[in-house]
Amino acid sequence: MALLEIRNLHAQIQGVEILKGIDLAIERGETHAIMGPNGSGKSTLAKVLAGDPSYEVTGGEVYFQDRNLLELAPEDRAREGVFLGFQYPVEIPGVSNTYFLKAALNAIRKYRGEQELDAMEFLQLIKERAKSVKLDEALLRRPVNDGFSGGEKKRNEIFQLAVLEPYLAILDETDSGLDIDALRTVADGVNSLRSEERGFLVITHYQRLLNYIIPDKVHVLLHGRIVKSGGKELAEELEESGYALFEEAAA
Amino acid sequence: MSATTKTLEELTNRKYEAGFITDIEQDTVPPGLDEDIIRFISEKKAEPEWMLEWRLKAYRNWLQMPVPQWANVYYPPIDFQAISYYSAPKRKEDMPQSLDEIDPKLKETYDRLGIPLHEQEMLAGVAVDAVFDSVSVATSYKAKLREKGIIFCSMSEAIQEHPELVRKYLGSVVPYTDNYYAGLNSAVFTDGSFVFIPKGVRCPMELSTYFRINAANTGQFERTLIIAEEGSHVSYLEGCTAPVRDENQLHAAVVELIALDDAQVKYSTVQNWYPGDEEGRGGVYNFVTKRGLCAGNNSKISWTQVETGSAITWKYPSCVLRGDNSVGEFYSVAVTRGRQQADTGTKMIHMGKNTRSTIVSKGISAGHGQQSYRGLVRITPKAENARNYSQCDSMLMSATCGAHTFPYIDVQNPTAQLEHEATTSKIGEEQILYCNQRGIATEDAVSLIVNGFCKEVFRTLPMEFAVEAQKLMEITLEDSVG
Ligand SMILES: Nc1ncnc2c1ncn2[C@@H]1O[C@H](COP(=O)(O)OP(=O)(O)O)[C@@H](O)[C@H]1O
Ligand SMILES: [Mg+2]
Repeated sequence: MALLEIRNLHAQIQGVEILKGIDLAIERGETHAIMGPNGSGKSTLAKVLAGDPSYEVTGGEVYFQDRNLLELAPEDRAREGVFLGFQYPVEIPGVSNTYFLKAALNAIRKYRGEQELDAMEFLQLIKERAKSVKLDEALLRRPVNDGFSGGEKKRNEIFQLAVLEPYLAILDETDSGLDIDALRTVADGVNSLRSEERGFLVITHYQRLLNYIIPDKVHVLLHGRIVKSGGKELAEELEESGYALFEEAAA
Repeated sequence: MSATTKTLEELTNRKYEAGFITDIEQDTVPPGLDEDIIRFISEKKAEPEWMLEWRLKAYRNWLQMPVPQWANVYYPPIDFQAISYYSAPKRKEDMPQSLDEIDPKLKETYDRLGIPLHEQEMLAGVAVDAVFDSVSVATSYKAKLREKGIIFCSMSEAIQEHPELVRKYLGSVVPYTDNYYAGLNSAVFTDGSFVFIPKGVRCPMELSTYFRINAANTGQFERTLIIAEEGSHVSYLEGCTAPVRDENQLHAAVVELIALDDAQVKYSTVQNWYPGDEEGRGGVYNFVTKRGLCAGNNSKISWTQVETGSAITWKYPSCVLRGDNSVGEFYSVAVTRGRQQADTGTKMIHMGKNTRSTIVSKGISAGHGQQSYRGLVRITPKAENARNYSQCDSMLMSATCGAHTFPYIDVQNPTAQLEHEATTSKIGEEQILYCNQRGIATEDAVSLIVNGFCKEVFRTLPMEFAVEAQKLMEITLEDSVG
């Protein structure tokens, strides 16, 4: 069975249907990209997978490593190994990044019946991972995302990804607002984490990121539906012709 | 409680030594207030004539004062004739005989705060002899303090033993004409704490009323006076995190702090009086006047309060910055939930040159809790180069609670620099989702977020108090999001 399997997923927010029947399967080791214009439902899909209670799932099924994902509480989805890199990471004033991440990692380990890391082991781990994603160590002591620049917030998401080592990482526009150097660092971070048992769902607005993170499959999302799927060349096609072509197809 | 608990336990195992509290007689006066009652109180306490005169003047003045109506709190009018102004401690037969007789919820909270059984009994007012054992703790500390010339005793004792100090300073910061409840307190106060730190002495330990828990019955009209002479330092802790039950609904305490040249006084409070039931019935009305006078140059007074209890809180720990270069600080965390109401804040009165003040107020409202921050920053004409920084943050945890801010500013000197920041945030569903998405359960997420929100205030508390305050916050706000 696939790592993630989405079947005919429908979801709404405040009575407005946003996802209108999504089908998608990601195998272990694969990286998929979802592209689509603003408002097409990309973040909605990401948050529905994460279990954001503001969305209501009105139809369909989602299986993650054979578990019915939609039945799990958001924290249990995370503990099972679903990670979402948020498009807009929130700030948590007064809570240090280190403290936060230690609480997160240990909650996950506990759920899995693994031993919690002690302070020394944990510090060693985060220092090493911070280095690997080129995150300034000073940010470890600062409150979570509080006063971080746009780029720092995105890098912090990748850093958390590197520490938590999920089985599925969904990255929602992690590239937006990054300059080319930051983009490269983020892409390098992601690429170094790609492995046989891990899957990625990379959501992006631009084709640019996909020059660095080469996807196995690309899907075009429009008005809450996947209107086309293909290989990495689909991203290039989009770059040239834009979404207009698909607008017509969808209409 | 942890650190103090240990010492308490060690010390309560020793036998009762000398009396911290003078003999308690078994008298109670009937409800009502007139000059005879005040004479009775004064006589019971064998007070000198000047003390009685002062009380009577306060009483006569109080009779002329209107009940304050300006606070943003609502309660039925208080019948001051229905209160008994002098009561000896209850007889043992009238007290709960064991913890089984107290509210199981209270008991549960004690257990979760990790308070040993013995202390639970004290706090819940169970009839046990051990209550009086805590007296010996205070006694042994007192000896240590006395070596340094520090006086730490009950107000009653101070009136007897150090009349010149009491006479000089009592009412010098909060005169009996100040406000309605301070006026009432001046007339009828029964006891409280007295602290005197002589010139150049740093008090070697945190002074805590906790060691005088047996005096809790005097808490209804408590009177505290702390004097720090030139160059001295003292840190005083009031209250404890455990919920304290009290059958007296009205609490009208007065606290006065005086810092002379180069002296520093730090006053920390954790207030967790009974807030009443779900409908707010039976909770304590906490109408307190707290004020510090930075009388000397380069002096500093710092208030920290963590207010989680009481049905109604009406409280503005303030600083009068009279000395040049003096510093006033106010750090506050207030929580209102259920039907609790709080109108709290501070006043910073800048009189000296180069005076500085900092206000950090964190309000958390949940359930139907209502909270107002009310603060005044006044820069008087002679206060050259005064500075104030104010920050008022409110966090809302439900759709039915409320937060209000009333910052008053009165600047009469153009060299003043004032900064004011205010935020209101709903405890973010987004913040909680973010934590959940990293594997952190909602309950843990809430305490993480709330403790982060309060961090600037908690870090001004003495270490073990800070840990307790955090735990208290977790228990208080459990199940509060929604
Ligand atoms: N609270 C809401 N109520 C109604 N519509 C919403 C709400 N939040 C988002 N939407 C709508 O959902 C659609 C999809 O949004 P989103 O998933 O964020 O798109 P994308 O990430 O692709 O830019 C948009 O049209 C947006 O306006
Ligand atoms: Mg989006």
